[in-house]
Amino acid sequence: MSNPDVPAALATIPPMASAAGIHKRFGSTHALRGVGLNLYHGRCLGLVGRNGAGKSTLVSILSGITAPDEGEVRFDGQPAPSLGDIAAWRGRIATVFQHSMVVADLTVAENVFLGRQPRRRGVPRSFGVVDWRQMREQARKIMTDWGFDVSADAPCASLTVEQRQVVEITRALAAGTRCLLLDEPTAALERGAVLRLFERIRQLREAGVAIMYISHHLEEVFEICTDVAVLRDGELVLTAPITQVTKDGLVTAMVGEKKKDHSPERPVVSAPAPQLATAESRGQPGAADLVVSSVTVAATGVHLSGVSLTVRGGERVGLTGLRGSGATTLARIVAGAAAADAGEVRFGDRVLAAGDRAAALRAGIGYIPEDRQADGFVPLLGAAENIAMTITDRIARAGFVSPKRREERATPLARRLSLVSAGLGQPVRELSGGNQQKVTVARALASDPALIVAITPTRGVDVASKELLLAELDRVTRQTGASLLLASDELDDLAICDRVLVLVRGEIFTEFTEPPFDREALIAATEGLGEK
Amino acid sequence: MSEPESRGAARMENPSELKGRGAAWTEERSDEGRRRRRASRRRAENTAPWRRAAIRAREGGRGPGGERASRAVSWLREAALLPVLAVLIVVGALLNSHFLTVSNITGIGQQISALGVVVVGESLILLIGGMDLSLEATYGLAPMVAAWLLVPVAAFGDGLLLNPFLGIGILLAVGVAVGFVNGLLIVKGRLNGFIVTLGMTILLAGIQDGIVKGQSPFNLPSAFSYLGAANIGAVPVSLIVAALIFIAAGLFLRYHRAGRAIYAIGGNREAARAAGIKVDRVRIGVYVTGSVLAAIGGLMEAGRVSSVTSSQGYGEGIIFAVFAAAVIGGVSLQGGRGNMVGAASGVVLLGVVQNILDLENAPNYWIDAIDGAVILLALILARVIGGEASAE
Repeated sequence: MSNPDVPAALATIPPMASAAGIHKRFGSTHALRGVGLNLYHGRCLGLVGRNGAGKSTLVSILSGITAPDEGEVRFDGQPAPSLGDIAAWRGRIATVFQHSMVVADLTVAENVFLGRQPRRRGVPRSFGVVDWRQMREQARKIMTDWGFDVSADAPCASLTVEQRQVVEITRALAAGTRCLLLDEPTAALERGAVLRLFERIRQLREAGVAIMYISHHLEEVFEICTDVAVLRDGELVLTAPITQVTKDGLVTAMVGEKKKDHSPERPVVSAPAPQLATAESRGQPGAADLVVSSVTVAATGVHLSGVSLTVRGGERVGLTGLRGSGATTLARIVAGAAAADAGEVRFGDRVLAAGDRAAALRAGIGYIPEDRQADGFVPLLGAAENIAMTITDRIARAGFVSPKRREERATPLARRLSLVSAGLGQPVRELSGGNQQKVTVARALASDPALIVAITPTRGVDVASKELLLAELDRVTRQTGASLLLASDELDDLAICDRVLVLVRGEIFTEFTEPPFDREALIAATEGLGEK
Repeated sequence: MSEPESRGAARMENPSELKGRGAAWTEERSDEGRRRRRASRRRAENTAPWRRAAIRAREGGRGPGGERASRAVSWLREAALLPVLAVLIVVGALLNSHFLTVSNITGIGQQISALGVVVVGESLILLIGGMDLSLEATYGLAPMVAAWLLVPVAAFGDGLLLNPFLGIGILLAVGVAVGFVNGLLIVKGRLNGFIVTLGMTILLAGIQDGIVKGQSPFNLPSAFSYLGAANIGAVPVSLIVAALIFIAAGLFLRYHRAGRAIYAIGGNREAARAAGIKVDRVRIGVYVTGSVLAAIGGLMEAGRVSSVTSSQGYGEGIIFAVFAAAVIGGVSLQGGRGNMVGAASGVVLLGVVQNILDLENAPNYWIDAIDGAVILLALILARVIGGEASAE
């Protein structure tokens, strides 16, 4: 890698980790086509690419989970350990995955030394007697050395997502690893935690750790990475120091064509048309209004104190707030996916039964859940079946659903959302993340809802799919007059709303009624700053 | 279903002592009873390896995890056991000239139909991601309650001499009741299905012994034993009914809303809920259906041997055969995967193996080992033919 940004002295040192000529095929899919990249001491390489570009495959090859079909991985110039030798891999490279890999029932110290606990002296090593005191002390020492503030004795179940990440990073450092892969580490973090994570990454970088940072958020890459690499359709199309690329350049490299006005900061969701701009004018007589009154939830982490709001028929309302602010919980309650302790949700002239998703669906409420893996789709079933799952009652004849009718209903939706699959019968678990999200959205739209409740509908989705999903939500609400309740912390999502409510600690803090919304003001409001 | 090792281990420990007790309690009363009891004791002993096989299968037993399973491939996987069956049939024919005779084949058909109906029930429950050990006890208790109310005191009934059709109604009602209680406890009470149905098993088997004081009611009315004993031409009625139940269940699972809901719930319960499926109702319904099918299986068995022994079901430990057949047939113990073609071939395979061993007069002391080895081999073959092992 001829890299002018790398100091000359470093260029002579072999990279801490390198992959060369990596090919990987899954059946007819050629997931990686001759990918080569290097990770250097003290540098942070941002890896970006659309869903399905091969990022996950590359991560699993670099972490020793999958073997490449061709090509090789080297550490410090030495060939990588064999695939089965997990301990050897962990000594060289560690991955912090999107989904936490800590064992919730064990303490922090146990998780840090999972599988390689210090042994008690004086007892033969092979007896495997764990030296608890030493384990705790060592864990504590690493935490203190790096300035992490997580108690070594705390049970991991009690930790926040951020703290669990710290535990995983500590685990890697404890194993002697000086090479870290962070796979979308900010996906589940609130802003404050993201900033603290960046501080830790800088600190690690300065200490000479090599980092690969995978993210969908290009602004994060610009903020934290020293270099950037772009994967597209299994090929590395760009590798450069971050100072030499622009956001537009990155998007172009990811998408493969010059897209006009498609900066990631402002996706091409058509700006609300002037005649529909205000909330007042969008209220449609006859369309059902959503009235939420004094909804209260006492549980910690999802608490709401007497929240009321009204969404007029055809209106599109955004909800935003930090994690724990209650924005997501409120949306789930409206969709019938969670029950409130007190309060009432009324849609049209019906009072919805608390926590009864089936009743909410009958009342005409479509639902795009927050976590598609957990409740967005059934992985073993086909795309068509997942999409038509909300309307089996309508397409069944005497209870029987013909696969053909199912496909007839699913096909137009799949087409509108540009779902990429090997036929609508393909099990959804074989689809890429972006396409899985499209299935989840299509499932909600299939029932022709009068109100769509969407929670972070574009999380973990690449730039192009994100634009497509938002444009479709925008189009559907305009055309059918359906209302939208959209809970998200991404301004790009909220841009399709007519007004945005900001929740802080379980209460509605303020309201923005004039699109386009000001990013800074919104962020400030979620932190509880600014005018009420 | 996410409890891994511990449950498997627990299941491995108890069965033999528990089963032994059930068989030993029964006192010999008639030639019929003695013959049957001997057979059942042998079967009870046979089941331990099956249980192990079932556990083994669950640990690595997720279906093939191909990334690109086309429809053709998935159909091939459904039919993965057919070549194994073909080989077994050839072996059987070579070993014994009696094997391919009409009487032997219909004999196999009659023997496996009762088991097969229970396998349908268990498969439905496995598909929603549940499990029900108590099907074996329902399989014994439901016909026992009915028979006890039908036959005279001299045949160990209670002397009520109910109408046999009413008896069949009672039998089905017992199935509904047991399934409903199981379903309520598991779905609404959020109790663990394994321990609930294990407790239920012992409770029901105890009632089965208790009401007849360990006796075996016999002299069943012909209308009651028709399903298990009668033939149409050379074909046993039980085989026809079992086949119809398999076909109906298969079509129901493939095309009915509720059948598809079963796959959705087994594949991802929360996603099914978010899609507006009435998850709790479907799950309870499946437990009820499973128990009713077990009761019908029990009715077939009672008709076949023209009595209900106190060891029918639990005492014989048929649940291991039920699990083995389902798992060999590719029904996943994690839920959401499997179908009736597979389950049926699993049942037929077990029946053929049992028949070959019987015909060959396999040495009594070795029959367990042979049984277990054949089942393990069947699992391995099904996996090899069905595709690579899943890493999950």
